[in-house]
Amino acid sequence: MTSFKINTESVDFDGDPGTPLLWVIRDHLNLTGTKYGCGIGQCGSCIVHVDGRAAVSCVMPVSGVDGRSITTIEGLAATQAEPHPVQQAWLELDVPQCGFCQPGQIMATVDFLKRHPRPTDEDIDKNITNLCRCGTYVRIRKAIHRAAELMAAGEGT
Amino acid sequence: MSARVHDITLNRRQFLIVGSSVAGGLVLGLPAIGADHGDSERMIGYFIEIASDGSVVIGSNQPELGQGVRTALPMLVAEELDVEWSKVSVRQMPLGIVKTADGYTWKYGGQGVGGSTGLTSNWDYMRQIGATARQQLIRAAAERLGVRAHQCTTRPGVVTCGSLGTEIPYGDLVADAAQLDVPDEAPPLKDIDDYRIIGTQQKTIDALDMVTGRTRFGIDTVEPDMRYAVIARAPVLNARVKSFDDNDARKIDGVLDVFTIEGPEPGAPYTILASGVAVVADSTWAAMKGRDALQIQWHESANATDSSEKFWRENEAALETTGQVVLDDGDFDTAMASAVKVVEGRYRVPFVSHAPLEPQNCYAYVQEDRCHIIAPTQMPSGASRAAAAVTGIPREHIHVDMTRVGGGFGRRLTNDYVAEAAMISKQTGWPIKLLWSREDDIRNDFYRPGGLHELRAGVDADGKVVAWTQRLASGSKYYRRPNMPDENLWQAELYPDDFPKGLVDNLRLEYFHNTIGLPRGSWRAPAHTANAFVIQSFLDELAHASGQDPLQLRLDMLGDERELPYNGHGGPTFNPGRLSRLIRFVADRIDYGVERPAGRGVGLATHFTFGGYAAHAIEVTVSDDGRLGIERIVAAIDCGLAVHPNAVRAQLEGGTIDGLSTALGLEITVRDGKVQQSNFHDYPLARIAAIPAAFETHILPYDDVPTGVGEIVLPSAAPALANAIFAASGKRIRNLPIGDQLAA
Repeated sequence: MTSFKINTESVDFDGDPGTPLLWVIRDHLNLTGTKYGCGIGQCGSCIVHVDGRAAVSCVMPVSGVDGRSITTIEGLAATQAEPHPVQQAWLELDVPQCGFCQPGQIMATVDFLKRHPRPTDEDIDKNITNLCRCGTYVRIRKAIHRAAELMAAGEGT
Repeated sequence: MSARVHDITLNRRQFLIVGSSVAGGLVLGLPAIGADHGDSERMIGYFIEIASDGSVVIGSNQPELGQGVRTALPMLVAEELDVEWSKVSVRQMPLGIVKTADGYTWKYGGQGVGGSTGLTSNWDYMRQIGATARQQLIRAAAERLGVRAHQCTTRPGVVTCGSLGTEIPYGDLVADAAQLDVPDEAPPLKDIDDYRIIGTQQKTIDALDMVTGRTRFGIDTVEPDMRYAVIARAPVLNARVKSFDDNDARKIDGVLDVFTIEGPEPGAPYTILASGVAVVADSTWAAMKGRDALQIQWHESANATDSSEKFWRENEAALETTGQVVLDDGDFDTAMASAVKVVEGRYRVPFVSHAPLEPQNCYAYVQEDRCHIIAPTQMPSGASRAAAAVTGIPREHIHVDMTRVGGGFGRRLTNDYVAEAAMISKQTGWPIKLLWSREDDIRNDFYRPGGLHELRAGVDADGKVVAWTQRLASGSKYYRRPNMPDENLWQAELYPDDFPKGLVDNLRLEYFHNTIGLPRGSWRAPAHTANAFVIQSFLDELAHASGQDPLQLRLDMLGDERELPYNGHGGPTFNPGRLSRLIRFVADRIDYGVERPAGRGVGLATHFTFGGYAAHAIEVTVSDDGRLGIERIVAAIDCGLAVHPNAVRAQLEGGTIDGLSTALGLEITVRDGKVQQSNFHDYPLARIAAIPAAFETHILPYDDVPTGVGEIVLPSAAPALANAIFAASGKRIRNLPIGDQLAA
C-alpha cells in the first residue's frame, strides 16, 4: 500500500508499487491534466510537484512518493476563479497552441521561479528543458518573465 | 471524399453549401440553417445556440490541432451574426455524416484539416451561416412587430426596429427564427471596413481550460467499462507476426487478453501500418508490462536488409543516370551550353518523423451494429472510413467524436490507429482505449520522404539565370496509394509550378523514384520543406558563385507583382511580387546591408505555398570551434487578410521553430531494416535554449481574402538558417540535419 496526498486529497494505492506515478495519477485518480509524452523523462509533459519540487512522474515509481505530497496542474490554483500567477501569465501571453505540453511547462516554471524569482534568459535556457512540439517557446519565455513580475508584485499569491 | 448528393435539391431554401474538401473534391453539405435543423429551442441551425441571457455557443466543425481554427472559424460566424465576441463560447462538433441514396453527405460541411485549408475552405461557409442566422432573427422580429424586415437591423445581440424604437434580444427570437424557411436569396456579407471581430486581436477561446489541465485530449478519454490496449510492433520494418508466447504476459496482474492484429501486405495500400500483438489490460501500465513480457517470433521481412546507407548510395547512383523528365520548359540544353558560369550542388534532405507530443491513441467501442470512436484526428471522415473497413459496420452507424488534438503536423491525416483500436474492440467486445508509446510513434510513422537533390544553373554574362534544373532521387510518399501509376509518383515530391517556374525560361525537372521500407506520408508543408530548402540554399550559392548579392538576385528573378499560373497547393495563381515585398521587408528589418564581424552573418529565404507567402531573415553566430548560435529571427507572412492575427503570429513562431528544430537535429535512419531512433533522446526536438528571445513576427496585409497559414510559415526557415551559417562561417550546409557538421 502506498499512501500519499494529491492536491487536497489523501490517497491509498494498493496496486503494483512499481507503477509510475504518472499512470496512477492518470488511470487510477483520473487527473488527466498530467500528460504522457515520452515515458523516459525527456519531454517534461508529466511534471508534477513532489513536496513542492518539480519531478517527472513518468519514471518515478509510485512507491517513491509514499508519505509525500503531490501537486498536479489541477491543484495548482487555489480556486478555479483565480489561476496561479504562472497560469495568468500563460493566459496573458496566450501561450498554448495544441496545449498538450503546457501543464508540464507551467508546473516546471512554478518550481523554477521559486529558485529564480527574477530569471534571466540564460537562467531560462539552462533550467526550462520541457519540449514543445508546436514551438511556443517564444511565448513561454515571455510568460515566464511576466509570471515573475506578477509574483514579485504579489498578485494572486 | 465520397460525398455525393442525389436526391437533395441544390437551392437556397435548403441553404446547401458547396465547398472544396481537403482532398480537393467537391463536398455538398446539408443545410446549416433552416427550418427543423435546430436540436433545441435555443438553436438556430446546427451551429448556433443562443441563450436567453444573450450568451452564444458556436459549433466548431473542424479538428483543432493548435492552429487556432477553433477560435478563428467561430469569429467568422460571430462577425456576420453580429454578437459580442465576449459572449461567445465554442463547442466541438462530431463528424456529421449522413447517408444519402448512393453515398454520404456531411451535415456540418466538409470536415478535416490538412493543406492549410481550414480557414480558406470555410471562409464563405461560416460567414454565410452567421449572416443567414442573423437574417432569420431579423425576419422573426419583423414578423412579431408587424413590420417589414428591411425596417429592422441589428446591433450586437439585439434586433432593433428604428421606426418603432423597439429592441428584441436574439435570445427571445431564436425559437421563432428557427422555424422560418430560409429565403432563396442569400443575405449580403459585410464589407471588410465593417468588421468588428475579423482581423482583431483575440485570444485562444479555450486557453483557460488548457492552462488548468481541464482540456480533454484523445489520450484523456475515460468512458464507462473502458479497458486499455497497447500493441507490440515489429522491430523490423514490415515484419509479420509468426508466433508468440503470452504465458508471462498473462501472469501480469491486470492483463485481460492478448491476440494477433493482422496487418496489410507489405507495400500494399494500408488500413494499418503492420501486424502486431495486442495486449488489453485494466490499466495502461499493466498493458505496457504485459507487452514487455511477450515473446514474439517475427517472419523475416522483405525489408530486413534495408539501410539508410544503401538508400543514399542508390540515390547517388541514380543521379548519374537519366530520370523521368517531368518539366522541360524552353531549350534547356542549348541555354545551359550558352551559360558563362554554371553552378551545381547536391543536397540531402533526410527522412523525419512527425512526433506530435500527444502520442497516437484512440477510444473505440464496437458493438454488433454500431461503433463509437473518440480520437485526436485531422481527418474524422477518414476515421469513419477506417473503422468501417475493419468492422464492416456501415459508416452512418459509426459515431466519430473529435477531441482537441495534441499536435498533428500531417501525422493524423492517417487514421491507422483508429483502425487498430476498432480491431481490438471488435475482437474483445470491450470499449478500449489504444495508446501508442513514444517508441511506437517514432519507429512507426508515415515519415517525410528523404531525397537527394541535384541543382544546376547557368548564368549569362549579365548574371541573369538562363537555365535551371532540379534532379531529385527520393522515395515518393505516393508509393502505397491505390491506383497510382508509377509515372505519377514524382507528383508528391516535385511541384513543377514552384519557383523558378515562369521566372527562368529554360527549366527542367527530373525525378528518380527509389524505394525503402520506411512508410512515407505527409509532413507539414510536405515536399515544400525539402524543395524550399534546396532551392533557397542553391540560390544563395548561385549568387555568391556568380558575384551577385543573394537578396538582389532574388529580387531580380522574382520581379514585380503579377499573376503567374500555379497548379497544385494554393493555386490557381502565384504572385512573385508578393515574395519580393516580403523578402525586402525582412532584409530591411534585420539590417541586411550592414557589415557583420567575422563569425556573424545573416541569411534570407522566401517561399510560396498553399496560397500564402512567407520570408525569413535569420542572424547567427558561428564560433571558431563550430558552435552555432541563432541570435535573431525575423519572420514575415502575407496571408491576404489575417482573420485571427494572434493565431497567425503563433503559427509564424511555431512554424519557424518547427523548421529550425528539424533542420538542426532531426533525422530518421534505418539499419538492418530497423528504425534506429526511438524517443526524444535520439530524436532531439529543439528546446527553448535554441530559440532566441529576439524573435519578431510580422503580418503584411494584402487584400480582403484570407489564405492558409499553418504550412506557409515553415519552408523558408531552414534555408534562411543555412544561408546565415554560410554568411557567418563560409560553410555551406548541403546535408540536413545540421547536427555537428560545423564542428571544426
